[in-house]
Amino acid sequence: MTTAALAPEPQLTRRVSPAAALRHTATLAWRNLVQIKHNPMELVDLSIQPIMFVLLFAYVFGPSMTGSVSSYLPVVIPGIIAQNALFAGMSTGFGLNTDLTKGVFDRFRSLPIARSAPLAGRILADTVKQAWSMAILLAVGFLIGFRIHTGPVAVVGAFLLLLAFAVLFSWTSVYIAMKVNEPEKVQLFGFVAIFPLSFLSTAFIKSTRGIPDWLAWVIRNNPVTQLVEAMRGLLIGGPVLHHAVAALAWGLAITLIFAPLSLRAFKRRA
Amino acid sequence: MSPHAIQAEGLEKRFGETRALSGVSLTAEAGTVLGVLGPNGAGKTTTTRILATLIEPTAGHATVGGYDVVKQAHQVRQLVGLTGQYAGVDEMLTGTENLLMIGRLLGQSRRAARARAAELLDRFGLVDAAGRPAKTYSGGMRRRLDLAASLVGRPQILFLDEPTTGLDPRSRNGLWDMVRGLTADGVTVLLTTQYLEEADQLADDIVVIDRGQVIAHGTSDALKEQVGGQVLEVRPVDASDASTVQAIVADLAGATPETVDGLVSVPITDPALMPAVVRRLDDAGVPIGELSLRKSSLDEVFFALTGHHTDDVDAEADQLVRAEKEGARA
Repeated sequence: MTTAALAPEPQLTRRVSPAAALRHTATLAWRNLVQIKHNPMELVDLSIQPIMFVLLFAYVFGPSMTGSVSSYLPVVIPGIIAQNALFAGMSTGFGLNTDLTKGVFDRFRSLPIARSAPLAGRILADTVKQAWSMAILLAVGFLIGFRIHTGPVAVVGAFLLLLAFAVLFSWTSVYIAMKVNEPEKVQLFGFVAIFPLSFLSTAFIKSTRGIPDWLAWVIRNNPVTQLVEAMRGLLIGGPVLHHAVAALAWGLAITLIFAPLSLRAFKRRA
Repeated sequence: MSPHAIQAEGLEKRFGETRALSGVSLTAEAGTVLGVLGPNGAGKTTTTRILATLIEPTAGHATVGGYDVVKQAHQVRQLVGLTGQYAGVDEMLTGTENLLMIGRLLGQSRRAARARAAELLDRFGLVDAAGRPAKTYSGGMRRRLDLAASLVGRPQILFLDEPTTGLDPRSRNGLWDMVRGLTADGVTVLLTTQYLEEADQLADDIVVIDRGQVIAHGTSDALKEQVGGQVLEVRPVDASDASTVQAIVADLAGATPETVDGLVSVPITDPALMPAVVRRLDDAGVPIGELSLRKSSLDEVFFALTGHHTDDVDAEADQLVRAEKEGARA
């Protein structure tokens, strides 16, 4: 306990260098990933829940939807990948709100680190988790008969598209995290908003035949539909470009609205 | 460098319509403990958060280690450590991981961060719990881990915002010892507290705040003298003599003494009263078991300064607490 008195006068820096900011982000991403080790619930969210969804949807709905499990897999696997990404995006807000309410964020803000690092670190970690979940879903799909009909480049494209959309979309959960005072409310929002959003899309259906016109219109114009169609194109074949562009445009619009709102809400909170 | 480790002038802070601070000025010299004393909602947390660069003041000016807390916040952050009222530890990480994370964020190498974490865990008696997630820790252990986290970067200036609120007496004494150890090493400490005893025990200087304003400052002794008070206490050997003692003391002091468990106590201003009391008791043939002249407690001081006791939380203070909590939630 003699360290403080003997420590030499520290060399103070005047600002955070870009290299240091990247290091801070990496450290905080590490922290978010290491948490999984001590939190079995998160492993369930990330791995077991997606597997369960694939199996239930494929074997319970498949035969009624398209006549067989195998013919339903090309429909449902890309759909579940998209839906899962939306739900997983809520964990960004959940984690942020936990940090805010538990005082961890205060600790970060009292440190000489890049102001953006706590958020950027979380988004980076969540992107890794998203990639993991998508890989699990593809692997389970493969085991029960789902086959990719495109090439490795298209699969990489599918990953990139999904991750990009997930990051853009996660601003909605960041915004909610800034507005509510307990993490559970972020999850509540996840259920009331993401359930209808993902089911009012082509995630689990092949066509909108038999659906009332106005509802079919909603489904066709839902950003989730654009994402799902682009994913199908990239994994199985079919049109990709305009769906992908539409999905990213939606994502960008969501970010442009919710990122400034989030920052404003954060400043108010502080 | 400014000669003061911490200097604040006329700090004001409004949260919407609520005024949390209306002009707080204070200074702390390097290597001393400044106690910021006040009831709930007085503005202690808001003051700490401004000085630790978490929020900006609405008006006023402050320097920490000679650096402006608004314009040179990044420099200030390199000098300070903060332990808040709500322990800022990641409950999902182990004790070691928490400290490693802070060390890495402060730019320490993996090896240096590991060594520093081990050293701090040892010092704070957390070695056995080092590999367990912090969510399994008791309240006292969490506070210790939080304090350890704020020391990873060897800060010159440490902010402790109500570090012992909610702790049992043993953990509290342990924390007091740690604070004394830190100041012995030359660390400047700003400590906020609702406990008068805590300020009395630890602080070199005390600032008393109430409703966002400094209402008194000085050393603990000076504060007690400022409100004039000494207390004479007499305990007769035989408890049945208490009423005789009470009558004699009342006559001499000109005030009504309080008798609790055979101990007669009365506030006095003239120290010459004591020998007179002894003579009269001797004349009356009352053997004295215990006789003392002590300075007023800080609670008595607070009452004299504000007209209300420290545990009075009226509606107004409640409202301020809410505003402060709201401000604290980021």
